[in-house]
Amino acid sequence: MYSLLEPELNQLRDHVLLMGGEVEAAIERAMRALTERDSELAETVLADDDRIDAMELEMDRTCIRVLALKSPEARDLRFVITAVKVTPILERIADHACNIARAALDLNNEPQLSQYIDLPRMSEVAREMLHAALDAFAASDAAAARAVIERDDDIDQLYDRIFHDLMDHMSRDQNAASRAARLILVAKHLERIGDYVTDICEQIVFMKEALVIKHSQLSK
Amino acid sequence: MVVEMNETKGVAMSTPQPFSVNPISRAGGQLKSRGQSPGEANAGSGAVETKISASGLDFYYGKAQALYGINIQIPARRITALIGPSGCGKSTFLRTLNRMNDTIVGTRVEGAVEIDGENIYAPSTDVVALRQKVGMVFQKSNPFPKTIYENVAYGIRINRLAGSRSEMDGRVEAALRNAALWEEVKDRLHSSALSLSGGQQQRLCIARALAIEPEVLLMDEPASALDPLATQKIEELSLKLREQYTIVIVTHNMQQAARISDHTAFFLLGRLVEFNTTDKIFTAPDDERTEDYITGRFG
Repeated sequence: MYSLLEPELNQLRDHVLLMGGEVEAAIERAMRALTERDSELAETVLADDDRIDAMELEMDRTCIRVLALKSPEARDLRFVITAVKVTPILERIADHACNIARAALDLNNEPQLSQYIDLPRMSEVAREMLHAALDAFAASDAAAARAVIERDDDIDQLYDRIFHDLMDHMSRDQNAASRAARLILVAKHLERIGDYVTDICEQIVFMKEALVIKHSQLSK
Repeated sequence: MVVEMNETKGVAMSTPQPFSVNPISRAGGQLKSRGQSPGEANAGSGAVETKISASGLDFYYGKAQALYGINIQIPARRITALIGPSGCGKSTFLRTLNRMNDTIVGTRVEGAVEIDGENIYAPSTDVVALRQKVGMVFQKSNPFPKTIYENVAYGIRINRLAGSRSEMDGRVEAALRNAALWEEVKDRLHSSALSLSGGQQQRLCIARALAIEPEVLLMDEPASALDPLATQKIEELSLKLREQYTIVIVTHNMQQAARISDHTAFFLLGRLVEFNTTDKIFTAPDDERTEDYITGRFG
């Protein structure tokens, strides 16, 4: 009974996209709070996280209702399962953005360690990946999802570079140690975000092609 | 994962807040408004008036008791589904709502059934008027062996609802449109109703019931004799009719109850075990017997 199911599926899709947009904004704002040393912006990111959590709870309810009442099958079922799996991943990405915002609050109280170049670059890649993943979800585009997975290598390389640079910095200047450590953790959060977006894309490939590529060579 | 099964939207996020990044453009469309989805009809919408209520309803076929102390309040302009295994009393209960059981010899009712606050089993009840107000559609469609037009016109005529031929034509057309049948039969109104397909005959029976301006529509497994496409048409039609009429539907098909109803009543061995929003019944019913039935552990 597709006519009864279709409005529900559209609603689910729209909610995933809305939530994804909020998460994208959180990443962007958290990094800007750091690079522009804007602690007020960091506080906003932390406050807005409640909204994202609420969206996750609402999505949980909606997905259960659709599964219980509308009996989706085949690609509709895979779509709903994808929504179920992607929602908590988005929420975890938002939590990492919050962690970045908290790091900004700490770092903004101390002199800036050095120019932030690679970190905002890394954040930009993570955000572009998430944006592209959400586009792929909206269009049910497995090829686009696969392309996003490829970009995770860029994030990993940036992480390695940042890690070594900061370790270097720490060994040369003991006063820099705690700030450098915090920045390494910020980079780690961004690297985790890249991994989460990869998870989302693997799920999108499953949604479209009924092919499970996670934990396999196909996603490497 | 903790999920709260609340009927109302306890979370502030029912309507998304605007923000700078606009992902809606991705979907290329608007966020659909939460309109007619049945499961959400009552969520947070405030009090809905009761159309039909039963209190302490007992029913007997001769010496055999078929319904035990039924208490229920059926909301107006919603779809209420009655489900339960064979012989549980759901069809018997349905027929008490327009006193169709009166036509069976030896039946006895105790307790009350009220429609709009009036007990329909009071001695002063005009049963004919009751059956005009509370229409019924059966599992096996039963059009009169007349033309399509006459099937609909008959009730209008004997209830003196049309003063002229043109008014009659208008009412027949309106009823057929309401039943989503007009486009299919408008060029053959004077051919026999029996020449229609099963699904069309069923919609004709619905048109016939609608023609005499009921407030309630009782449906006893209206789609169980129909193929999936015809069933889908009946379900879509029911959702449309719900805007105007109170609908009570008996169905063996649990997915159908889940798809279209706002509230669901689970009957077992003549008793009403549980009555709640369809959302709740199918996601987290209160009674274990309800859950066993819903999950197919028996029945």
